[in-house]
Formats: sequence, structure tokens, C-alpha cells
Amino acid sequence: MARINLNEIAHSYRPDPKEPKDYALKRIHNVWDDGGAYALLGPSGCGKTTLLNIISGLLIPSEGRVLFDGKDVTGLAPEQRNIAQVFQFPVLYDTMSVYENLAFPLKNRKMDSASIDKRVREVADALDLTPFLKKRASGLAADAKQKISLGRGLVRSDVAAILFDEPLTVIDPHLKWHLRRKLKEIHDRFKLTLIYVTHDQVEAMTFADQVVVMYDGEIVQTGTPQELFECPEHAFVGYFIGSPGMNFLPMTLEGNMARINGASVSLPPGYAEMAHKAGGKLELGIRPVYAAISDAPSDNAVKAAVVGVDDQGDSKIVTLRLGEQIFRSKTPEGARVPAEVCYVSFPPEKTKLYSNGKLIKWGCDSV
Amino acid sequence: MSKWEDNKAWFLVLPVFLVVAFSAIIPLMTVVNYSVQDILGPGDRVFVGDEWYRDVLTDFRLHEALWRQIVYSFCVLAIEVPLGIGVALTLPKKGWGVSACLVLLALPLLIPWNVVGTIWVVFSRPDIGLTGVTLNNLFGIPYNFTANPVHSWLTVLIMDVWHWTPLVILLCYAGLRAIPEAYYQAAKIDGASRFAVFRYIQLPKMRGVLLIAVLLRFMDSFMIYTEPFVLTGGGPGNSTTFLSQYLTKMAVGQFDLGPAAAFSLVYFLIILLFSYIFYTVISSFDKGEA
Amino acid sequence: MAFSLSNVDKIVGKETYLKNVSLTFESGSQNVILGRTLAGKTTLLRIMAGLDKPTKGKLMENGADVTGVSVRKRSVAMVYQQFVNYPSLSVYANIASPLRLAGMAKAEVDRRVRETAAMLHIEPLLNRLPAELSGGQQQRTAIARALVKDAQLLLLDEPLVNLDYKLREELRVELQQIFKARDSIVVYTTTEPTEALMLGGNIVVMHEGRVLQSGPTAEVYHNPASISVAAVFSDPPINRIETRVKGGFAELGRILSVPLDGHLTGLPEGDYIFGVRSNHLFLNRQHERDIKITAKVELAEINGSETFIHVIYNGAPLVVQEEGIHQRKLGSEIDIYVRARKFYIFDAKGPLVRAPRIEAA
Repeated sequence: MARINLNEIAHSYRPDPKEPKDYALKRIHNVWDDGGAYALLGPSGCGKTTLLNIISGLLIPSEGRVLFDGKDVTGLAPEQRNIAQVFQFPVLYDTMSVYENLAFPLKNRKMDSASIDKRVREVADALDLTPFLKKRASGLAADAKQKISLGRGLVRSDVAAILFDEPLTVIDPHLKWHLRRKLKEIHDRFKLTLIYVTHDQVEAMTFADQVVVMYDGEIVQTGTPQELFECPEHAFVGYFIGSPGMNFLPMTLEGNMARINGASVSLPPGYAEMAHKAGGKLELGIRPVYAAISDAPSDNAVKAAVVGVDDQGDSKIVTLRLGEQIFRSKTPEGARVPAEVCYVSFPPEKTKLYSNGKLIKWGCDSV
Repeated sequence: MSKWEDNKAWFLVLPVFLVVAFSAIIPLMTVVNYSVQDILGPGDRVFVGDEWYRDVLTDFRLHEALWRQIVYSFCVLAIEVPLGIGVALTLPKKGWGVSACLVLLALPLLIPWNVVGTIWVVFSRPDIGLTGVTLNNLFGIPYNFTANPVHSWLTVLIMDVWHWTPLVILLCYAGLRAIPEAYYQAAKIDGASRFAVFRYIQLPKMRGVLLIAVLLRFMDSFMIYTEPFVLTGGGPGNSTTFLSQYLTKMAVGQFDLGPAAAFSLVYFLIILLFSYIFYTVISSFDKGEA
Repeated sequence: MAFSLSNVDKIVGKETYLKNVSLTFESGSQNVILGRTLAGKTTLLRIMAGLDKPTKGKLMENGADVTGVSVRKRSVAMVYQQFVNYPSLSVYANIASPLRLAGMAKAEVDRRVRETAAMLHIEPLLNRLPAELSGGQQQRTAIARALVKDAQLLLLDEPLVNLDYKLREELRVELQQIFKARDSIVVYTTTEPTEALMLGGNIVVMHEGRVLQSGPTAEVYHNPASISVAAVFSDPPINRIETRVKGGFAELGRILSVPLDGHLTGLPEGDYIFGVRSNHLFLNRQHERDIKITAKVELAEINGSETFIHVIYNGAPLVVQEEGIHQRKLGSEIDIYVRARKFYIFDAKGPLVRAPRIEAA
């Protein structure tokens, strides 16, 4: 187990990178704590796989250093770093039994067979693989195969971290939650550093204690799932997390009020001042679930036209037009949706302000 | 999925049926017909039952040729398959070297079979051939493939290895290239040795192409005719007379059509049997064990 | 146009893929076929397209029998899960291909290709090759190719399943608008209840090769004909609570007694399955008559803007939906508030006995 430091990492696949756009990773400087469950979340092409390969040692970064427990491992290969990895599709030794698959990493490390046996059985038990131990690995279902891949990492007591690269891609949808649960359990039991790369927010947030969101070669936010949802530090996080994503509306300041489309929204005291200081292009952001709509005008509400209603069963997604802007509100099942015109209210504690796409932080500490 | 919609499509298959009928089924039936008759002249034939089969099966020269053939095919497989795998493993995986190697390797495959024989005749001649002269003069080995049965036998074998190992290499290379990179990464992470990677990843993943390579090389070598015919003409003595050459002598040289037909069928059945054995053995690696 | 299937079976070898499927589709209608993997959705689409022949049964188009008529002779377009485009043709040529095959005039082809490309926001990509596109753009191209020929039957087989969820979200909204503007029959398969609800229109719920229920989507959602329909048409699957009704009380999970009031009034004695969707179990008291139960957390699954808490109560698994994003520790205990007025009542064999009243606020 190890604490992983990424020290001023940058990577370019070009031999002589000049501009920022030549870099697949721009500047990554962060710490992955020992025993943490992390998810690396981002859309395809954001650089998350590049970062994963740098951590695992398959790729040497163009700039910066990788430290495991303070030791520089930048130039070391994966096996020298004691990293284990679970890939997108099951990677197994087809001709071996499940037992042999699990024992393989230990055998290669010349462990005595009594200790191997003990360790393999312990891991097989944790992964519910005991009944399959004698079976050929190639004949099992995809979820069992992925558990074996994971098991080959778990058997090693020296493993620094286990990396997962979209490990549930090939799993049937209704079996996924079992594996998600298994991963949580494994994390609790073995207290390992786990890093899970995915583009799927459900996977990232269900799995991780800390989610690292990447966008365009940069880490835009690291936080708990709650923090990402309540206080997206970057407009991209607001958009990417939550479904539908956060609403963003261009605004101007007027005293303690935000002006949107000719209407005023009151802000918590002091927030407007901070926004004034921050300057830049100001936007107001609010999660659809917090933007309540009603058919009666009220003080802090902005008038909008109802464009469409999508019934999702447990809730309704109401699409509104606020001037030029499309705006979504999520209302509970059974709530009445006005036919044409409605008034959107902005609860001050849930209303966030953004300057040039970056959150102006206010009241986010309590999340 | 059944493609039911266009029954007209069956007409498109008709030519293939006709070709197969004329190229395989009708000749085969003719052979079956000949193998149970004694043909004395045009329109003059006698039904002899299984006489030719009994003759053929007790012909000691045929037994000799069969053993020679089995040993030869076994040697061919024993050399070409491991050699092919070995060379395929060392080929470059990317860059300009890939196409250069592949073109060079494919060269022997592009040469007509009788030309291969001719090349080796010239190559091996003790008086003017490169190999012949080198062996005789430089190493002092009295090499003469036209006079020494062992020399001629080995020459035919080496010629086959030169000619056909590239096919095995290409097949293995294709098999190796199809293994996803993740397997190698996983093996590295598991601390597997180079041999373990070969034994547990590369070899199992090459099983399919190896099956094809073994079957092709077995069938081809078991039916070898042109190259030894050009190189040694089956001699000296009968040392390089393989089954198909013996068969040709019988049918064309002595015009014993009946025994030759019986022989052909027995020959055909032997190949079928061996191919079946190879197929079941190799493909059973997949299941079993567990 | 009206399209119908009557008593269609599809049996291959010993496997039954479809059993006695009868459906009718009206032109201009949007239809969703909802079912889990292997429910027979793809088989059904392929038979409708004329790519496969049913083992038994008939396909009718405007009253004419089209069973066994080749797909080429019918007006059908299909979009697949995989991004199927001609790899050597540009996006433009890909979209134009069905029109060119039909021998349409060049100017008209150009007009329609550009119009369709604009609809799917791929106009700037027309000169590129499929390999140069992202997954979402490739699927947009495939959808454009299906839309451009104005086929009377437009079939889409889980078209968004291989896309990132954000792309899925965006494309779903666009597709819904595109479908609404067309007068062809649109049939769309999916495994996701939310997707089915968003697309609206009519729904056909399938399970193991059979049609379980069909009708207007929202109506089927609120009145599932059986526990199987409710299970397929809820994500996560509806919670099942084995219940015995005896002496004026319903014994939930055989241990929690609730009086028979509201829509439970007068329920005959016997064994039932009570079904309740995860969003109808609550973490705080909604009503003074709610019953509090304490359950053990198995997993908190965070899905978009909700959290699904998987719990074990008295040995049985339950899922509770919580608005917003909240992490829960595995093995911790939480209180859940249960109220019978939200319950669907199914016969022990499966069919719906009573549905809760849907409250409009």
C-alpha cells in the first residue's frame, strides 16, 4: 500500500510539445492517500487513461515525477512499482484453473505453496470464488472473470494500489450493482488504495470516496460525490455530474441581486460582493432539482415559458425557456406543471455563481 | 440467422455445386469404380472385389513408402512448427521492419513448386552448387545427394523446411498480433517470466492458427510430389520415393489402374484419419483438463 | 400506414426467441419496446424489418401480407447498437447512400442529405470518414442514414447503449423531437425504463420472448399488469414484499402488520406480493401513519441526481431512492418509512390486483 504523489506531471505524445494544446495532460499535481477509494472521472479524450498509465508505469510522463510513499518511481515499470490492474475486459490465463490464475502472481514471486494456498483461499472467499476454484477460468461468466482479474491483484500482500480501467463495461446491467458492492466490500476489508477510471458518473460516485474529475487534460475538481453535486467548482463538473446537468444562466450584478433576463434573484449576503470582486463573465448555476417552479409569481422568482415536460416516472423534467436560455427543472412525481408560463425560484443556499466557468466559493465547507 | 428471404440466392451456389461435382465427386467415384475392377483394355473389364485392396495392403514396397512418408511428415512438423513459432516471436511488432520481414519471408511461398526443386538441384550439386561445393571442399564432407540416400533424404527435408516454414511463421505472426496488449501488461504486473508469457498467453492464444498450420503442413507434406520428383526423382534407390510418387509409378509407369485406384483411396483415408486426429487433439486442449 | 404482427413465433433449434407476439402500430406513432437483455427485442425488430422470417405468424402492412417479403422491397430503415457505417465513404456519402441506391436526382439527394445532417448537428463533419469521428458522431451518422430515406418503418435497436451517458442524454432529447416530427412508425428498443418514459408514446414490455403488456407508456408505468412488468419497468426493479392478508391486516414480509385501509380495503385473505418502487420508500416521515423499519445498508448507488440505497431488511433486499447525492457506509443502519398507500398489490402468481391511486398535487 502506498500514498501516491503526482508531482507537477505533464505529458505530451509529441516529441517537442510547445503550446498547451500539444499536451494530453497539462499539469497534474495531487496526492492519492494510502487506502483511499478514488475514481478518475471524465469524458473520452480527457486524459484519464494517460494519467492511469502514468500511475501504473506503462507510460513515463514527459515532465514531473511520480512518488510512491515518497520514493521516486517515475522510471520504474509496473511490476517494479507493485501495481495491479483490472482491465476493461477480463484478462485471464485461459488454460489455467481459477485457483492457478489466483496463485500465478505469487508463484512468480517464489512464495512457498502453503502460504500461496492460504492467501488464494482467503481472496477467493472474499470474492465469492471458492466454488469455482477448480474450474477453468475461461468457462466462467464475465462478472466472475473480472473478479478473478481483481483477485490476482488482491492476493499480493505487497500491492501498492489496484487500478481499474472501466472494469464493468462487459457486465450485464442488472449484475453491475453486485460487483459495485463487492468492490466496496473489498475496499473495506483490504484497505487498499484503489483507483477506478470511468466515464460513467454512476460508477465513479458509487465506488469512490473521492472523485477526481478530469476535463481537457486537467483535474478540474477533486471531492466527495456530495461536493461534486452540491458545489461543482467548475462549470464542466456541474454539467457532467447529475442528470440532467446543472443549469447555467448568464447574469449581471445589481447590488445584492443577480439580474437574469430582466428579473432579479436575491443572493446570500456577501456573495454578490465576492462575485463583484471576481469579475469576468458571470453565470448563475443551479441544479434542476433545486430550481422549483410554480404557477404563481413570487418575490425571488423568474418568469419562464414551459417548452416541454418529460415524465421520468419518479419525477418530471420540465424544460423551460428563460429569454434565450434553455433551463431545466426537476419536479417530484405528481407535482402539477403549469401549462405555458411558470415562475422559477432560486433558493439562495443552492444558487452558485461562476466567474469564467469557475465557482466563486461560498458556503461550500459544510457539505 | 437464417437468410430466408431470397430463395434465388440458391442459384448463385449452383456453379459451385457443379464445380465440386466435376472436380471432386465424379473423379472420386471413378476411382472407386476402378478400384474394384481389373481393366484389361478399353471396354474389357472384370469385377475383382477387394482383390486390389488386399494386394495394396500387403505390398511391402508400399509399406516402406508409407513409413518413409510418416517419418518425413513427422520431421517436417517437428521442425517447421517450433521453428515457425520461434521466428514469429522474434519478428518486429511495428515500424518498417514488419513489412520488410514479411515480404522476405513470403518469397519462398511465391516460387512455383517445380522451380523450388530446380533451384535446390542447382544449389546442392556437389560439382557446381553452392551448398554442395561448400560442404565438400570447405568442410570435407563427401556430400552427394544423388548418390547417398541419407544426403538426398535430408536435402528433401531441408528444402521443405526452407519452402514452407514461412507459411507457419506468417500464421503464427498473425495469431500473435491478435493478442490484446492488456494481456502482456497483466503478465508484467503478475511478474510472469518471458517463458510464462509464452506458455500461458501466447501459446494458448495461438492455438487456432497452430491447428491450421499443423493441418496444412501435414496434408501438404504427406502428399509431397513435385519437389522431390524434380530434385531426386525418388532416388537414389527408393530412398526418397514417397507415397504419391509410388502411386504415380504404379498408375502411370506400370498402368496398374486398379491397384493404383485402390491405393489412392487408402491414401485418401489415411490423410483423412491423421487430419481428424490432429484436429481433435489440438482442439481438445480447449476443453478437457479443468 | 398500419403495421401489425399476429401470433408471431420465432423458434431456432430448441430455443424459443418469440412466443405468440401480436402487435399493431399506427403511422406517426412512437413505440418503445422495453425489456432486459435476451427478452427478444432484437429478434422482434429483425422480423419486423424482414431480415428474419417468423417461424409462425403473419406480418401485415396496410392489410397486405408482407410475411417473407424481402427487406429490400419494403420501406424500412434500421439503426443498430453498433455504429454501422460504410468505413470507406465520407459522412456525406454514407447518408446519401440509400438515396443514391434508390436512383434519386443529385440535387434532391444533396438537399435531403444536408437537411438530415443539420437535424443531427453533423453538418460540419460531412467530408470526414467515419473513423475520424467520435462514437456519438458515428451514431449520429448512422441515424441520419436511417432517417434520410423517409422509410415508413423506422426501427432503432438500442441505438444509444454504446454511448457515454452525457451523449446519451443529449441525443435522447434530440431524437425524441425528431421522432415527433415524422409520420412514419418509429419502433425503439431499450432496456432502460427512464429512456422509455422519456420517449413516451406507446410501450411494449417484453420478457423472455413474450409481450407482457402494451399501451400508452405512462399508463403502463402506473398500472403494470403484473409483477414482471413492474420489475422490468422500474429501475432499480420494483421492491417485492411477500405479504399475507389475514384477519383485516396485511402482514408485510410476514412480520409487519398494517391495517387494510385506503386502496387495500376489503382485500380478500390470502398470499400476495406487494410491490413498491424505490422512490416510494422514504427516509423521513411523510405521514403520521408511516411505519418505521430499520434496515442495513448494502450499497449506496449514486445515479445522476439520485442515490439508490440497497438495504437488507429481515433477510429481504429492498432499494430506497433518495433525492440528491449521499454516501452511506456499508453495513450501517437506516430508518425507512413505509406506507401501504404507495403499494401495488399483485397476486402471488403475478397479475396486478390493485394499483395505488396516483395523487396529483
